Amino acid sequence: MKRHAAALALALLGTSLPAHAVNVVATTEDLAALAREVGGDKVKVDAIGKGYQDPHFVEAKPSFIFLMNKADLLIVVGRELEIGWLPPLVLQSRNAKIQPGANGYLDASLSAKILDIPTGQITRAMGDVHPQGNPHFWLDPGNGRRVAQAIQTKLSAMDAANAAYFAQRYADFDKRLAEGEKRWDAAMAPYKGLKIVTYHRSWPNFADRFGLDVMGYVEPKPGIPPSPAHTLDLIGAMKQGGVKILLVEPYFDLKTPNSIARETGAKVLVMPPSVGGDKAITDYVKLFDYDVNLLVAAIKETGAK
Amino acid sequence: MRATAPVLRFVLTGLVTLALPRFAAAQDAAPRDDVAQLRSEIEALKASLAAVEARLAALAAPPPAPEPLTSSAIPTGSSKVFNPDVAVVGNFLGAAGQNPSPGAPPSLQLSEAEASFQAVVDPYARADFYLTFGPDEVGVEEGFITFPTVPGGLLLKVGKMRDAFGKVDSMHSHVLPWTDRPLVTQNLTGGEDGLADAGISVSKLIPNKLVFLEATAQAYRGESEIFKAPRREDLAYVGRLRAYRDLGESVNLDLGGSFARGNNDVGPGFKTRLFGVDATFRYRPLRRAIYRRLIARSELVWSRREEATADAKAFGFYASGEYQFARRWYAGVRYDRSDRADAPDLTDKGASFLLTWWPSEFSQIRGQYRHTRFGEGTKADEFLFQFLFSIGAHGAHAF
Repeated sequence: MKRHAAALALALLGTSLPAHAVNVVATTEDLAALAREVGGDKVKVDAIGKGYQDPHFVEAKPSFIFLMNKADLLIVVGRELEIGWLPPLVLQSRNAKIQPGANGYLDASLSAKILDIPTGQITRAMGDVHPQGNPHFWLDPGNGRRVAQAIQTKLSAMDAANAAYFAQRYADFDKRLAEGEKRWDAAMAPYKGLKIVTYHRSWPNFADRFGLDVMGYVEPKPGIPPSPAHTLDLIGAMKQGGVKILLVEPYFDLKTPNSIARETGAKVLVMPPSVGGDKAITDYVKLFDYDVNLLVAAIKETGAK
Repeated sequence: MRATAPVLRFVLTGLVTLALPRFAAAQDAAPRDDVAQLRSEIEALKASLAAVEARLAALAAPPPAPEPLTSSAIPTGSSKVFNPDVAVVGNFLGAAGQNPSPGAPPSLQLSEAEASFQAVVDPYARADFYLTFGPDEVGVEEGFITFPTVPGGLLLKVGKMRDAFGKVDSMHSHVLPWTDRPLVTQNLTGGEDGLADAGISVSKLIPNKLVFLEATAQAYRGESEIFKAPRREDLAYVGRLRAYRDLGESVNLDLGGSFARGNNDVGPGFKTRLFGVDATFRYRPLRRAIYRRLIARSELVWSRREEATADAKAFGFYASGEYQFARRWYAGVRYDRSDRADAPDLTDKGASFLLTWWPSEFSQIRGQYRHTRFGEGTKADEFLFQFLFSIGAHGAHAF
């Protein structure tokens, strides 16, 4: 009887375990969304930074240490995006699995197409420059696919029993993403070469993918707040170039963008660069649906060319 | 799948080609009207072969491969990649106004240049060195190895390090929100260097549903500003329990209790015990995290120092607040009150107002008006200012 009870307990344990076989912690909601696409209900995913938060300045709250302590897999954006807050969390996690270089540490940027890799001498006179390239790479759906594939490979290696499930989830995501890309490409096609201005250099991959021309930034240099002289220069250049669209990430102050808009007649568009940046953006495909709709509506409204 | 497709195709083609000579042989013997039938059979076979091949090809089709990357590799290639992260922080202090006490800061000084070297040692450990160069001395402020994944969920540190007593003791001067350290730190817990000493530190998370709970235990040689170790067995011990809880995504509370014990400078067998309680309240709205922040903090310390005649019991505390009101601007205030460890009848009191400007993450300029009323009855009114500047690797932000 005892043996039967033990067998029953084991069977119950056995069936309940694989439900959340892999504990995933992602540093941003975008990576968390990609992990959910691939992992489905075979993984438990937590994100650290919120989509409406500046990912450079997440605070290393001790509550995140608990999350990391239990993680089997840590997915990071990389390219030093998280350098100001992630290292102490990983160090204090007391978790060997997710230390840099360990099997449970996945740097998403290593499978992505990276832009803006500086060449020549790099100094901080250039602002808070990322020496290994622009870390906002998830804003190209092609990179979302590449990262999802890397996650699929990683999850399959960690949980081989569910490899077929992850492959099927990836294939399904890939299909929906491809359909999305057709929609977004069609919507953006009339505006190839459109000149825009953005607050921070968050959008090079998005602009590259959809044929936009980012001709200036509200920040004089990455991470450096707007200065009056730079703002005046930018207003002049925007007037000359006929720029009508000014993209601002949700975590930046709108005072300078609004005054630039008043001078130039451009429209300030608060465009979320991440999943979770708006309540409606609940997954990776919806991020582009939302942003492309927002952008196209604004272009039509302003008559930008 | 990709590998099996050609094999299957080969086998099927082979079957068809093997079948053909037999059909040819049959043709000689069989009547002529059979030829048409055979021909149609071959056509049918060919058709089914084509269908099988098509299905195989469909099954073997690889998922649309992302285009090859040319630009994502991080440039490496020399032994420099193993060099530690190096940074240097300069802490320049100025003072104006009057201060009659012997410890008054000079008018201008490069109070400290701190060089840090940090790197991973091997798959099991990392190391941190902080060398400080002051106006009069050069020293190892900290130099320790950390084993982050010791069995039992422990975080183990070995080396010379700043102690875990309270909040301010573990902070380097350049991360303090003031140009100076509070009176309670200077009078009771060791001032600039705190109880920094050679020792071993172990800390463990205590998992529970309510709060983040971390216990730290440290054993030191016992040779610091407060403790003296004439004999080998005069070790000093520091213990700390820290509880943290998010009260919302923008608000959190951090509480701590600390204890320290070691031999004091009266002589062998005379102990000093320190008890501390600290509380930190933080507010930082996530959507405006780079523009708004409030940190309110207080630390209370009780010191009990064994002396030849009777124990000297001293108490001190500070309460401070910092508010970030623009992207680059902070305003702060601090109230100080502390007895002196060896003369508890003398109580120093002080108040400070601060304004800090951050041109970037790598430099800051700070002004502090400080009023102090010393236990002897003398007063100080000073304007202190500080230039902090760092070069080199980007360190993580203190929390």
